[in-house]
Amino acid sequence: MTAAADVRMTQAHMNAPPALTVRGATKRFGAVVALDGVDLTVRRGEVLALLGDNGAGKSTLIKCVSGVHRFDSGSVEMNGVPVEVTSPAVARTLGIETVYQDLALFDNLDPAANFYAGRETAGPRWLPRGLRVLRRGPMVETTADVLKRLQVGVADARTTVGLMSGGQRQAIAVARAAAFATNVVILDEPTAALGVRESRRVLDLILRLRDEGHAIVVISHAMDHVMEIADKAVVMRRGRMVGEEIPRPENRQKIVSLIVGGDD
Amino acid sequence: MVRATADNAARGRIGGYDPPSVGLAVIRIGPVLMLVVVVTVISFLSPVFLTTRNVGNVLGQTAAIAVLALAQLMVILTRGIDLSVGSTLALSAVVGAMVFESVQSGPIVILAMLATGTAVGAVNGALYVYGRLPHPFIVTLATLSAARGLALWLSGGQPHRGMPDIVQALGGGLLGWLPYSTFLVAGLALLTLLLTTRLVWGRWIYAVGGNPEGARRAAIPVKGVLISVYVLSGLAAGVAGVITAGRLNAGSPTFGELAELDAIAAVVIGGASFLGGRGNVANALVGALMIGVIRNGMNLLNVDAFLQPIVIGVVILIAVELDVIRGRLEERFRVIQAVRS
Repeated sequence: MTAAADVRMTQAHMNAPPALTVRGATKRFGAVVALDGVDLTVRRGEVLALLGDNGAGKSTLIKCVSGVHRFDSGSVEMNGVPVEVTSPAVARTLGIETVYQDLALFDNLDPAANFYAGRETAGPRWLPRGLRVLRRGPMVETTADVLKRLQVGVADARTTVGLMSGGQRQAIAVARAAAFATNVVILDEPTAALGVRESRRVLDLILRLRDEGHAIVVISHAMDHVMEIADKAVVMRRGRMVGEEIPRPENRQKIVSLIVGGDD
Repeated sequence: MVRATADNAARGRIGGYDPPSVGLAVIRIGPVLMLVVVVTVISFLSPVFLTTRNVGNVLGQTAAIAVLALAQLMVILTRGIDLSVGSTLALSAVVGAMVFESVQSGPIVILAMLATGTAVGAVNGALYVYGRLPHPFIVTLATLSAARGLALWLSGGQPHRGMPDIVQALGGGLLGWLPYSTFLVAGLALLTLLLTTRLVWGRWIYAVGGNPEGARRAAIPVKGVLISVYVLSGLAAGVAGVITAGRLNAGSPTFGELAELDAIAAVVIGGASFLGGRGNVANALVGALMIGVIRNGMNLLNVDAFLQPIVIGVVILIAVELDVIRGRLEERFRVIQAVRS
């Protein structure tokens, strides 16, 4: 893509309604207030870093957005249209794909089966979903195409992902999200537990997704990675948004102090 | 070519393959290899073993275990266990015999037996999923006790003689030297194979076993999948009840004692993992055959019957040890992958 086209695309994204808007989100677990009136906006072609110490509410926020939990109150809009994310299935239909920290991969299945878990290509259509016959060919081909497009190298496409290295597995999890996300890709600690070289690959992969026009939310504790790939850094503390910064070397210290709450 | 070989040697490969992947390939066919070894040894020691009559005998004796093992495999694939199948087998045999005493219809008797098994399976599945019990071990331990008790109570503790002709044929009839039950097992194995490898539902069974929380987040109907495997296991216990009752022309509350352990042993010998998501139909059948062959072979060789459980115990240990070795090899395989990428 030429630089000019890149700029044009970014402008188009800026003028369009944000891919995801969360307003006034709250969530309680019993007496614990996990989210206390949180607002969040992410646009296409933008990487938003969600920062905060452990227990700040980052994971709760993304689990609500991806349908694992439900907000107690608050509203969610996608591309300017109000939506209710009532379950993981609904999140998927809305084009929200999430890569969880604990890697929601199936170690006993191959990459194609992982890609299509819960949305298998199968027929005939008149049968109930579970009784349909798997159409393995198209699933394997599409998976191979996506992995190739995102430059994720897999030695043997029939190997179960349990036999792959941490970096390969994370790349497959990210590529799976990319393959099906039409709106937002959410990544929870995508580089945790990865080596330097493996992290590099995953970061490049995230940048590639951004260039393809995905809206991306990344939770990360790795400040170096945040500074490098994020267009916007949002800091949470005790269930609230406490700051928003453009990550630049000069305000790195400011972001860190927002996270740890040194100004209290 | 020379360069490739040198390259392979430098990377510690054998003929282009890594030692761990060679090991993994061997372990993958491990259950079959073990069966071949056992069959070869016994056939050398006993001239009778490989006669058609004895092979038919082994197959007939193994049929009920094989049917139970097919269903137990699906349960174990989801990280579960079904301890109730032996008792359910007895209950369905007793129900069948008692229905036959008032209704002289083969199909109705068979239907009653299958319905009995399915009902127990449905209770297991529903209690486990909706009762939110910690592990199916508990639920099926309870139904193991309850179903056996119900069978004893209904029958008055006595075997009820007599089964319809069609049930007798399914349990003990022969086509040439092959028991009818072998064809029944083959048919059910084919159905289980198609379910587990070709249908979406089967893919979900593996997914639920591989990563239950991941399956939930992938919008797979986890509860439905879990209930279904216990229902199928109950149905299989009903079928095994038909085979056993037909073979002995009776329904007795003592049928199928410890049959659940045979079924579990068959699945484990077949290389399935208790951690879920790993195992296949062919190997589960091989595991069932292994148990049948060992029992039959030791009878032919006049080995003390008390030694049989010991030998089967050793075979189970070997199978589990192979699974441990597989885990280690996979770890080494991963390291090699990471270094290379």
